[in-house]
Formats: sequence, structure tokens, C-alpha cells
Amino acid sequence: MSENVLEVRDLHVRIASRRGTVRAVDGVSFEVPRGEAVGLVGESGSGKSMTLRAILGVLPPEAKVTSGQILLDGVDLVTLGSAELNRIRGPRLSMIFQEPMSALNPVMRVGRQIAEGPQVHLGHSRARAAERALELMHRVGIPDPERRFRAYPHEFSGGMRQRVMIAIALSCDPEIILCDEPTTALDVTIQDQILRLLAQLCRESGVSLVFVTHDLPVVAQVCQHIAVMYGGQLVERGDVREVLLDPRHPYTLGLVRSAPDFEYVRESLVPIPGSPPSLITPPAGCRFHPRCAFVEEDCRVTETPLRLLPGGRATACLHHERCREAVAADRARP
Amino acid sequence: MSAVTVTDGAGPPAASPAPADRAQRRAARRWYRQPALMAGIVIIGVILGLAIAAPLLTSYSPIVQNLNATLQGPSAHHLLGTDQLGRDTWTRLLYGLRVDLRIAFIAVLFPFVLGTILGCLAGYFGGWVDVIIMRLVDIVVAFPFYVLVIALVFVLGPGERSIYIAITAIGWVSYARIIRGEILVAKRQDYVLAAQAGGLSSLRIMGRHLLPNVITQAIIYAMSDIVQDILAIVTLGYFGLGVPPPTADLGSMINDGQNFLSTHWQLTTIPGLVVVIVGLGLSLIGDGLADLLRPGQS
Repeated sequence: MSENVLEVRDLHVRIASRRGTVRAVDGVSFEVPRGEAVGLVGESGSGKSMTLRAILGVLPPEAKVTSGQILLDGVDLVTLGSAELNRIRGPRLSMIFQEPMSALNPVMRVGRQIAEGPQVHLGHSRARAAERALELMHRVGIPDPERRFRAYPHEFSGGMRQRVMIAIALSCDPEIILCDEPTTALDVTIQDQILRLLAQLCRESGVSLVFVTHDLPVVAQVCQHIAVMYGGQLVERGDVREVLLDPRHPYTLGLVRSAPDFEYVRESLVPIPGSPPSLITPPAGCRFHPRCAFVEEDCRVTETPLRLLPGGRATACLHHERCREAVAADRARP
Repeated sequence: MSAVTVTDGAGPPAASPAPADRAQRRAARRWYRQPALMAGIVIIGVILGLAIAAPLLTSYSPIVQNLNATLQGPSAHHLLGTDQLGRDTWTRLLYGLRVDLRIAFIAVLFPFVLGTILGCLAGYFGGWVDVIIMRLVDIVVAFPFYVLVIALVFVLGPGERSIYIAITAIGWVSYARIIRGEILVAKRQDYVLAAQAGGLSSLRIMGRHLLPNVITQAIIYAMSDIVQDILAIVTLGYFGLGVPPPTADLGSMINDGQNFLSTHWQLTTIPGLVVVIVGLGLSLIGDGLADLLRPGQS
């Protein structure tokens, strides 16, 4: 078995819209090592959710993977038919959604929703699947599973619903779980509980996570690796500590500066000026250049693929040393 | 959609304190507190009871003629008199109800099932499946329901089987439209995406996840559709395209009595009134159910 559970290679997703073709994901590549968590961060519309949906093969009808590979243990998911995909989704690959309320079927008892996967994929009998569901509910910390088994989603609190989602995602013992902002809809204390639960499950069962969020502290808490997306492309990738403490792309730097309560405390938060680029007619050169404080002439014309830096990390910035100086200047300030 | 709209007079008082108000509203949502639904259930209950208990409520046969006792007025022996062949009108009414209600309740099922399945496929898959099914719907909808049903039964020949075929062939379109619309909304929900992400087949997603969420609308519609079906069955009977004589049927009773309208009006009027009452009762149930099942309308 390979060291990486999942490898995304040069993934392109195009969305047909009235105003033109949207290049939602444009040449994204990253790896997910077995048993580890990768945080995929970026602002709304940066293509992170589209990347997740492309991996699962549940893109909206107007979107399409136009090129690239998604390798799960070496098998390219892009080339699989829906029947083959259905054998993989669930038992090997599953997903946790942002809104646990809308991601649970309102008219089905939660126990049965958890038991459905094992029944379909593992061939469990109804009774055995129900047992499995109870065990999972216990494992994700739902109190009194026997009674809650027969409850409907609306009878659960937000945090409990997310635990149900996690139980569903775990129900067929997948190798990798894709999490689409699983804690955004929860309040902070519940968020912390859910993150701890995910991190613990990750440790105990060796399941890998891809964690999409725009919340940097969450990434720092759960993930070992980080991949930063901007305008449909990856702009920086590497070990989570290194990237967040020593960003090498002005966009990552902007994210770190605009996030409260990170490693070095700042007096005031600094927003990133401007707004995300149009993905129908993206800017030439580096996609971030219209908003970048360090912009130079070459940024406007040169394509900026990820380039490897020493230490296994990578950045798309042509002038990444400038970020280092900026961080140093930030720290020097009283 | 439905023929009768009844305003609910027993809503909760407007300005009571919040907890009591909520409890009251919940109570008002209980089925037995819905006046429309309750009235409909009572009407249909009585009618069904009469139809089922027909052999106990009369000692006459609905088909055996007695040419010595034709066209009698109401009397102790013949509650509603007799028709031109000496058959007891009350007896024929009860047995006619039996036949018509049975056909109506069966006839409403086929279009319900067919329309639900086709609407589900059209809404879920979209694309050419949707185009084909909805073009078929458009073709059927272009003609009035009764005209098509009568024409079809005429072509197929009179009888129960033809009625089922005709009503199914025409009636499914409404269910297909309703379910398709509901599915189009429901399939955008995250739980459908979650089910797809869980590797469930399209069939399972439609059957176990989408249908339970949308079927209510079809059930509500079925309640008003059955009124339409009963009217169609009675109309067909009236035209001589229904169940063949001598079996009693409200439509043929109305038609047979027509010749004696000036002297024996009850032969026509009473079956006609019964049809109206049945229609009213079913409409009331339909409206009551709609109020009860449609969420967020208290």
C-alpha cells in the first residue's frame, strides 16, 4: 500500500454558467498521507468545496472534471462509473457536511440513517446494522444511544446532529473522511468538542481527513498539513506549523493576519484588501496580484505554478521572501 | 385543485400568552380538532358504512326485477320507491355506492403509483428522461380530463377494466407534475448529497430518502383526485360506458330515471344528491388533510 491514501493530481473542474465557463478548480495537486489530516483553506469561492465534491464524484450537474487524476490507493476515481464509485463511497471514502440539519434526512430515524451504510455496503442484516449503529453512536459520544436511535434529526441539538453525521461517515470504516467545514455551523464550545472527537477518531482508527475550512485555528488544532487555495489554485502547501508561523505566500500571510488569536498576538486584525477574482476571466499572471501588497512587474505576466521550497513545502509566490520580512516586521512591533 | 375550501373557524385566540398559545396551536393541529377533516370523515364514514352494510340494510336484490311493482312512490316497503323495472331504489342506491366507491378507490391508486414513479424519475434524473416524461404530460394536459377519459373508455369498450385503464392513462399526469416539482426542490437538499456521498444507489435515494419527504403532496392531491374519479365513473355510467347493466351504478340510475323526471323525480335526484355528498365529504377530507400535513400553516 502506498504511503498516501489520496493523491489529487492537476485537478481541473469547470462549471458551465450563463456568463461563461468558470474555472472553479484549476490545476490543484495535493496528497493525503495515511492516518493524517490535511487542511484545505481559502475564502468562499476559492474552489475548496468543489475540490471535495470532485473527489467524491458528487459535482453539481453543470460542473465537470475536465482533466487531472484523483487517486485513492492508486485507483483513479475520475475514470470510474457510478456503480463502481458507489462501492467506494461509504466503505472507503465518506463525507461530513457543514450543516448537519440539512444533511440528515428529516423523516428518517437517525439510527436507521447510521445503519443504512453498513446494510448497503457491508451486507449487514437489519438487526446487525442496528447494533453497529448503536456502537457508533456510543463511540461518537451520543448519550443514551438505545433511546436516541429512534429519534428524528429535529430532536437533536446541533452538536449531537454533527455527531450523528460523524457516525454515518464512520459507519463503513472508511480510509478517508472529507470534512466540509464541519464545525462552522456550531458554537465555539461544541466546535471544540467535535474537533477533539475528530482528532481522536483520526488517531484511534487511522482514518485520514481532508478538512475544508476558512478557520485557521481549527486547521492548527486538527491538521498536520495545510493547503491554501486561492482563485481555484493552490498557492501554498506544507506542514501546518511551518506554513502558519512562516507563511511564504502573501495570501496565506493575509489569512494569518486576519485571523484572531493565532500564535503571535496582534493589536489589530488586518483585512485583505479587494475581493476574490472572477474565475471566468481570472487575472493574468499570479491570481493574487491585484490584491497583493508586494506585487512586482513579473507577477502580472508570469504564470505561477507551485514551486518546491526546502523542507518539502511549496509556494506559488515569485517573491516569497517578502512575506518573511513582513512577518519579521510584524513580530518586531511592540 | 380541490373542489371545496372550508375556512377553519376554530383557530387559537390571537393574544394569549406564548406557552399556552403554542400548546393550543399544537392541539388545533390534531386531526380530530380540524372541523373540515372531521366533517369529511363523518360523511364518508356514514356513506362507506351504508355501502358495506348494504345486504343488512335491505332485503331486496339490486338486480331482480319485479314488473308488478314498477315506478312506485316511497312507502314502508320501498323507502325510496321503485324504478321502471320494479327494483327497489334504496337497494340499488346502496349497491350502486358499493360499486362506484370500490372502483373509485381502486382507480385512484393506479395513477397515484404510476404518476409518482414517473414524476420521481423525471425530477431526479432530469435531462432527456425529464423531457420525455414532461412532453407526455403536456400532451395529456392539453385536453380536458373528462373528455379524454370518456373517449378512451369509448374506444376500449365499456366496463370496469376500461375505466381503470382510462383513469390511469390520464390521471397520472397530475401526480407526475406534483412529485416532479417536489423532487426538484428536495434533491437540492444536502441530505441527498450526503446519501450520494454515502454510495447509495439512485433507486435507494429516490425510494428511501426522497419519496418519504415528498409523498405527502401526492396523498393530499389523491384526496381531491378521487372526487374527480367518482364524477368520471358516474359520468361514464350515465353515458352507458360504465359497469354494464343490470349492475347498479349511480350514473346509470340517474340516466334511467331521467325518462320519468316529471313524475318520479326521486329516481334521478337522489342518486345525484348522493354523488354530491360523497364529493363534498372527500373534498373536506382532502382539505383537512392538506391543513394538517402541510407544515408551517397554523
